Amino acid sequence: MSEDIIVAVKGAVKRFGGVTALKGVDVQVKRGEVHALVGENGAGKSTLGKVLAGVCRLDEGNLLLNGQIVRFKSPRDALRGGIALLEQEISLAPSLSIMDNVFLGSEIHTAGIVHTKELRRRFHLLTQETGFHMDPDQKVADLPIADQQKVEILRSIARRADVIVMDEPTAPLTIDEARRLRALVKALRDKGTTIIYVSHFLDEVLELADSVSILRDGQLIRSGPAALETAETLVSGMLGRSSDLRYPPKNTIDGNKVILSVRGLCTPTLLQDINLDVRAGEIVGLAGLVGSGRSEIARAIFGRDKRSSGEVRIEGQLVAPQTAAAIDAGIAFLPESRKTEGLLMGRSIRENISLAYLTDVTTAGVVGRKRERSAVDALMKKLDIRAANAEAPISSLSGGNQQKALFAKWLFRGPKLLIADEPTRGVDVGAKHGIYALIRDLAAESMAVLLISSELEEVIGLSDRVLAMRSGQIVAEFEAETVTQEQILAAAFGTAADSRNRTVA
Amino acid sequence: MNTTVALASKSGLQQGGTGAPLKPGTSRFKMEGLRDYGIVFATLVLFILLALSSDVFLTRLNLGNVIDQWAPIGLMACAGTLVILVGGFDLSVGSIFAVSAVSAALVANSHGPATGIAVGIAAGGTLGLFNGVLTTTFRINHFVATIASAIVFKGFATVLSGGFLVAVSDATFQRLGTDKLLGFNYSVYILIAFALICGFILNWMTIGRHIRATGANIEAALLSGISTNRVIIFTYVLSGLAAGLAAALVASRTGAAQPNMNAGIESSVWAAILVGGTSLVGGRGAIWRTVLGVLLLAMIGNGFNLLGLDTLYQQILTGVIILLAVGLDALARRRSR
Repeated sequence: MSEDIIVAVKGAVKRFGGVTALKGVDVQVKRGEVHALVGENGAGKSTLGKVLAGVCRLDEGNLLLNGQIVRFKSPRDALRGGIALLEQEISLAPSLSIMDNVFLGSEIHTAGIVHTKELRRRFHLLTQETGFHMDPDQKVADLPIADQQKVEILRSIARRADVIVMDEPTAPLTIDEARRLRALVKALRDKGTTIIYVSHFLDEVLELADSVSILRDGQLIRSGPAALETAETLVSGMLGRSSDLRYPPKNTIDGNKVILSVRGLCTPTLLQDINLDVRAGEIVGLAGLVGSGRSEIARAIFGRDKRSSGEVRIEGQLVAPQTAAAIDAGIAFLPESRKTEGLLMGRSIRENISLAYLTDVTTAGVVGRKRERSAVDALMKKLDIRAANAEAPISSLSGGNQQKALFAKWLFRGPKLLIADEPTRGVDVGAKHGIYALIRDLAAESMAVLLISSELEEVIGLSDRVLAMRSGQIVAEFEAETVTQEQILAAAFGTAADSRNRTVA
Repeated sequence: MNTTVALASKSGLQQGGTGAPLKPGTSRFKMEGLRDYGIVFATLVLFILLALSSDVFLTRLNLGNVIDQWAPIGLMACAGTLVILVGGFDLSVGSIFAVSAVSAALVANSHGPATGIAVGIAAGGTLGLFNGVLTTTFRINHFVATIASAIVFKGFATVLSGGFLVAVSDATFQRLGTDKLLGFNYSVYILIAFALICGFILNWMTIGRHIRATGANIEAALLSGISTNRVIIFTYVLSGLAAGLAAALVASRTGAAQPNMNAGIESSVWAAILVGGTSLVGGRGAIWRTVLGVLLLAMIGNGFNLLGLDTLYQQILTGVIILLAVGLDALARRRSR
């Protein structure tokens, strides 16, 4: 029995400072299976994935590879043991070509001289095997995130890893790309590779996994065949209670005044003739594929991206194309990526929350620390941001609380228009519903909201109106009450509906 | 999950930057404590060692002289800390120092000592502005821009002086650098005041927050409506002004200036900043760290003199200490991963 267990942990304990991420977990992964790890954010699934990949050293307990206790000193060590990790954050050399990245560290050479021809041949084989068609000479820096991820996948396959740990691999991908990735995972499994699959997307897990381990609060709830699970049993296992996936009720917005009005907005690279209005209390959802221009609309309205023509008005007043002007006009913008665009990860919660409107508590250039503190404390209380205190580093918060801190940052003054780009990305189920309720409450306080999300269910569930985008244009408008996901997808693809969709836990 | 918690365990390291006191009961790894407060420990130990092993060390004359000597470096290091915190690096401070010293001496001869000193300082600020514009408006990498400007500025200094020593005939020019107040040279007070101002800017003013925000995450800063260009330019101008002030002090002390005076002073400036523990990664560091870094280096030099050690080894020791400081920083970061 024991010989078909390729990787296992026994009594795994992992601490980070004062937080115990894993509290004595036992998991066994069989050779050649897809083993999914599910759990809320903070449940320990990513940590467990990293432990299994040998990237994270255990404080107690053991990691067993083929029944032997192993201790990897580095990812490179783990790779030599046949385990590769596909991390959430991409770790490529951006200035090198795709091919160079794929074979980085495993180049075929004679006395240091690389056999480029042979590499090229192998690259070709890899792309055929995976169906990822890429130009080997293109620079990685020029690729969108989804393609960069493909390069990472190619890289682990090139190393002929026996075990690949994938941490949320489809999170940055479009629906279509995600489907191709899932097909690839299956193909890899069928060729005998063991896949450890960490994911938020329960449909994905149910479709792919042979076994599932559910984690909650650093402990293993259960580990067993995926065939015995449904989305409901997974969610109740993760939460310890059954989930309520309903969205907050919508407000009536008839006759409210127009807050945001965009006319003929174009950007040099993508957007063409964007016209849209958002009324007070209204939530307008922007749906579309990655690269369709959803985030670009937000950035152009906010003055962060250059506009080539068109105008943006808030309550009839023109807004100059600068971020500072947009903020002064009452626009708030929650960017797509918390870590790279939103937060100062090394700084305190207080400094993050007060950053955008610091002048509101400043006299003659000097920050009024008392005023700042009381404003921040009040916002943390209002949004139920759970932290020891406002001086704790923002990086110590869970994803959901970090997101709430970003909301708090923009509620410091109380904007007229809130643009939220992927407000629930990387946030666990419980916090997600908190954020839905928060956005609805803000709209009820007659804020105008422009919501951007890759999750159609979220766009439809939360918005009053949905605008579908395709290649830089708004191509369709729907009432959220009556629209289906298929209709939006059809508009977004510009073809017959692709009905595949992802349910999100 | 992993990274966030890992960073959390370094809380002390980040709070240390704001000068927040160590909270009692906060558990902290030894490694991080060493990295955070190693500079405090090292400075204290060296101070006690020197006080015990030399009768001269604690005298007012000796301490006054040492600080007077290191005041120019201290000024540039305090301002340089802000440049590093904003995510930049000023490789040209040494050249700005030379231009400022030469122009102070030249103008002192033509328009009088007070004007000379003012022009010297203003020249520093102007060159700093030039650096700031290069790195923001023209988006030139900080290292590239200031390496190039360092060469250009050095050339200015040589052209202005004709390559010769410019002696200032008016003896009152020397008052700034040599007069004493309560037994200490003015430079001591100037350094203290400047360090306090830089600390105040960093910790209490909006611009200070904006400096840290820009260094920590420039995109987040831009999306918070911060004019990061203005913030970056501010730090370079301050760095230039500090170099100008430092040059005025040194020129005044010697009553003359030449383009090669105090050559290599910039490496002591960076050494002080790095030894103090301000991180080149941006956003992390503090003025008090740099002040301690200056004091530590100053005491090392003084110790070699007082104890009659071969000063040839002083450089080696200084370099090793920098490596230790930077190495500890890297190690602490890797440990907590």
